[in-house]
Order: sequence, then C-alpha cells, then structure tokens
Amino acid sequence: MSATQTLLATEPRNAGVREAWGEGLVALGNRYANLVVLDGDLANSTKADLFAAAHPDRFFEMGIAEQNMLGVAAGLATTGYVPWISTFAAFVAKRALDQIRVVIAQPSLNVKMCGAYSGILPSKTGKTHQSVEDLAVFRAMPHVVTIAPADAVELQAAMAAMMEDVRPTYLRVTRDASPVIFADDYVFEFGKAHLLRRGSDLGIVGTGVQTVRALEAAELLEAEGISAAVLHVPTLKPLDVDAICDLAAATGLIVTAEDHSIIGGLGSAVAEVLSEHIPTRMRRVGLQDTYGESGPNDALLEKYGLTPRHVADAGLELLALKAGAKATGK
Amino acid sequence: MTTHTQTGTVTDIAELRRLSARTRQLILETVHHAGAGHVGGPLSVADILVNLYFNRLRIDPENPGDPARDRCILSKGHSSIALYTVLALRGYLPVEELATFDAIDSRLQGHPDLRALPGLDMSTGSLGQGLSPGIGMALGARLAKLDFHTWVILGDGEIQEGQIWEAAFVASRYRLHNLTAIVDYNRLPQFGWPDASGFTRDEPIDDPGGKFAAFGWNVIEIDGHDHDALGGAFDAAVAHRDGPTVIVAHTIKGKGISFMEHEYNWHATPPDEQQLADAVAELQGALA
Ligand SMILES: Cc1ncc(C[n+]2csc(CCOP(=O)(O)OP(=O)(O)O)c2C)c(N)n1
Repeated sequence: MSATQTLLATEPRNAGVREAWGEGLVALGNRYANLVVLDGDLANSTKADLFAAAHPDRFFEMGIAEQNMLGVAAGLATTGYVPWISTFAAFVAKRALDQIRVVIAQPSLNVKMCGAYSGILPSKTGKTHQSVEDLAVFRAMPHVVTIAPADAVELQAAMAAMMEDVRPTYLRVTRDASPVIFADDYVFEFGKAHLLRRGSDLGIVGTGVQTVRALEAAELLEAEGISAAVLHVPTLKPLDVDAICDLAAATGLIVTAEDHSIIGGLGSAVAEVLSEHIPTRMRRVGLQDTYGESGPNDALLEKYGLTPRHVADAGLELLALKAGAKATGK
Repeated sequence: MTTHTQTGTVTDIAELRRLSARTRQLILETVHHAGAGHVGGPLSVADILVNLYFNRLRIDPENPGDPARDRCILSKGHSSIALYTVLALRGYLPVEELATFDAIDSRLQGHPDLRALPGLDMSTGSLGQGLSPGIGMALGARLAKLDFHTWVILGDGEIQEGQIWEAAFVASRYRLHNLTAIVDYNRLPQFGWPDASGFTRDEPIDDPGGKFAAFGWNVIEIDGHDHDALGGAFDAAVAHRDGPTVIVAHTIKGKGISFMEHEYNWHATPPDEQQLADAVAELQGALA
C-alpha cells in the first residue's frame, strides 16, 4: 500500500458534479458514435440537456416512465448501442428495479445507469428525492458494477472507463458543486481504492463525496494530535479487499464515511470484508437506518451526522475504547 | 405441397397446420417429461409462433446473431416451451434437447434466458417487460439504418401491467412502424378474476385493441389460430408505415385439446400419462 499523493490536486477549487457529468457525456458522445442517452424528463436537472443539444439524434426523451426507460435501454444495448440513463438516483434504483434485475443485470447488458441527485443533498427536495439505499441495492445485484466518485474529476475519469467496459454499471452522481481532490490526470481503475493520506492511529474509509469530508476529518484529528489515514473507495463493487485489509492491519481501527445508509453500503461492505479477513473494531458514519428530510445542506449534514466533525468523533470514540481496553487489560 | 425456401420459410397453410400440431404435441410431451411447466399459454400461442418463425421472420438459424435479423420477444415468457419447440423445429437446437427443459444446466431455462440459448432475443419471465426492449430494438434499427422488424408477443393478462402502457405511449410517440405487438387474447390469466358465481372467470382486460388504439396504435384483430389470417396480419403490420401496430389475436387457452380449452386450471399443470395419450390422439385426429 503506497500513499498516492501525486493523485491529488494541488490547488483547491470547487467543480460542479452534474455539469461534469453532462459535459462528460458530450465529450464521450464525440468519441463514441454508439453512445445514446435516455432521459426521464429530467435532462435540465441532471445536465443531460448538454448532450441533447450536442447530439440530438442520439438523445431519446422517454418521459416520466422509468420502468419503460430501463427496458428500452436493454433493447438498445442488444443492438450495439450503449445507453446512459438520465434520472435521479431515487428513481433509477427503486422505480425500475425489477426491470433492471430481469433485462439488464441478469443478462448482463451494457447499460450505464446514472443516479443523479444521490445522497441527502438534492437541493431541499426532501426524502422522496434523496437516495440512501441506492448503493445497497446495486451492490447486492449480481453483475452490476457500483461506482461512487468523490469529485468531478473522478466522475469523468470513471465515465471514460465505463465506455471501455461492457458491464452494466451504476454511477452515483451528486447534485452540487464540491471540492476537487483529484489531479486532472487521474486515471480511474475498476476495483481500485486509493490511499489519499497516510496515518497510523486510525483508518478512515470513504466513498463518494464523503471522502472529501473524511479528508477534512483527518485534518481535524491531526490538529488534535491523532494520525488518521484516509482510503477512498470509488467502486463498492468490485471492492478493493486488499486495500481495506492493509489499512486495517496498519491502523487497527476503522471508521467508514458515506452519504448513504450504514446498512448495505460502504459500512456494510467494509464490515463484511474485515470480519472475514481481519476482524477490526469499527464505526460506521452514515445515515443510521433513517430517511432524510428537506433542508439546507449544512443543516442536513449536521442533523444526520455526516460532517467532518462526526467522522472525527467516531474515530475518537474508537481510540477511547481502545485506550479503555488497554487500561482494563481487555 | 410444401414450399420450403432456402432459408426454411414455409408458406403452405396445410404444412403450417402440421407444424402447429407437431409443436403442440412436443409441448405436451416435454411438460409431461419435465413434470412441470406451463400448458394453456403455450398451446394458445403455438400458431402465432409457428407462423412467425416459419413464415415471417427474416432469420437464419446458422447465424443467430446477425445484426440485421428480425427480432422476436416472447414477453409472456412463461410460454417458453412453445418458443423452444418452434426454435427446435426451425433448426436452432436439436429436437431431442427439449427433454432437458427445466433440468439443471439446461439451455432451456424455465423462462427464456438471453444468454443461455442462441436465437433468443430477450430475457423475459417477469410479466409486462417485453414491449420496452422491443422499443429499444426498433430505435436501434432506426439509428443503425437497418430495416429489421421487431415483434413482441404479449399475454392479455400480462397487459394489466402498467409498464405496458408506458411503452405503448412511447412507441407511439416515436411512430415506430418497425415494431409490432401481438396480444395472445385468450381471456384467461393464471387465477383470473372470479365472476359473481365464483366458478367462471371474467377476462383480465376487455377490448385490448381499443386501448392500444387510444394510445395511437394501428390495430388489427384476427383469429389467432388461423394461419391464413396470421400471415395476412403480419403482412399488413409490416406494410403499415405510420406508427406501431398491435395484432389482437383472438385465441383459446389450451387450444387444440378439448379438455384443456378455456380451462384456467390447465395454466401450468403437466398432463399425466393418460391425458397425454388422449391429447396426442386428438391432435392427430384433427390433422387426418
Ligand atoms: C410480474 C409477474 N407477476 C406474476 C407472474 C406470475 N404469472 C405467470 S403467468 C401468469 C398469468 C399470465 O396470463 P396471460 O398473460 O394472459 O398469459 P397466458 O394466459 O397466455 O398464459 C402469472 C400471473 C409473473 N410471471 N410476472
């Protein structure tokens, strides 16, 4: 396990994630004549409208009918086209789930299912539009690759890799602009986690945009004299088992951080791996088996326990437990 | 006289009827042998499949992946044994392989599996899903400038599913004249809608043609057991250039076996030894 500092951006900046998705589609559409986009009446939210303007002949409005849309995608995939789906994570992961199971996942058809407005920050629209179980759903489906990029750079790198891959894939996309952590020449690899920060007292494992908050948590801990490593897991499936086990071996305590339910997502995936290979005391930071609500981003992160402070505190709790165990000889 | 062209096409009505009877016999023998499987629906859809695969589809069993081939989706996937039988008679697999239906490691899964057997164009089995991939294939043909036609076979119980009407709306908006749906209108699903007496069944959906027409489809109503009418309807569907066509094929569940016809209890009951012998005798008697 080597720290991959060169992966990281040097200048701090923010970048729009959905804009990166729309622009990424346009660019890939220029490269691949067989890329098509199917939209569930949300193109101006997801930013698939950029593709509609650039490649109108390969943009298919499907209306507010997601079950049909995913089925149409399967049919197009059998004729050699690569359909990308434009709708919200909340709808793709649940409204069309049986369609995905039968005509996409089971026959392993090359459909790129993108879930926009994922997590709990879909702009004050509340629990119907938030998605806290999408990673759990797709990770549980045989054949489906499951990706949650940390920022706009990794998102576009993942999209490029997806066009060179033939597996059905779920790509999580967030709504708002967020800090860019990866350098522009970052190359995405399926199933590869990245150690973003070295540390010896504690390991934090993040996925999606929560990795950014995990890095901030490590800064907070450093100020408190604690050395925390940060591992970023962009693909929940395939999962980088070795990197997770190496981190546990090096630190002995693991905190997971995700903007998703702690049931079925990253926290579960890491717990499964560790309990099989290297049992390690851990804490899962994420939604504690609850749905969200509407509200401003900061208030939501605070109320549902997703801030860098919450991640850092989970680490402190583990360290206290370890110290207590030592003191009592357990 | 039979008229086999070099691609295996059959246009002679008497020969098509013989193929239908052979298909029905193989369906019953296979389900009897497997000790499981559907009966009423496969017998109902047999003539439709025979006419499509022998008389209509531009396909080549030697080249099942040809991008320019016509596509056929059996959306009512529980009638898989009818499709496997017709594919076997058409040369996609040995007829003897039907004996592996539903067995472990078989290419003939209980419901059609796209990846298991060459010649299948879509996986089906969860009802209501087949029309949407048909739209995708029709759009794909349009994009690739290929003139293949896509056929989707639906059950009348199946079209109670909401997704069918999402698809009906979208196919019509894209004016997909290279897409035809065929409704196997036998008026019985699995358990059905008990009528007031509790002993008979009301049809699952009345006037499917009227409903598709309301969504902008071209509608053709025929006797789905009449090979003349089937061939004519398929020609008319392909000739129609202004949007998708639905062929409402009036059929009988359990068709061809007197004691199975119109009887919902034969939806998925394997015949025993005696019932199989009686059924085969009836099929052969009808041809004589
Ligand atoms: C979504 C879904 N619900 C239920 C079933 C179980 N099922 C299998 S066949 C059937 C009845 C189908 O009736 P119909 O479409 O009229 O077919 P047919 O009568 O021609 O067999 C049912 C309910 C299923 N396969 N898929």
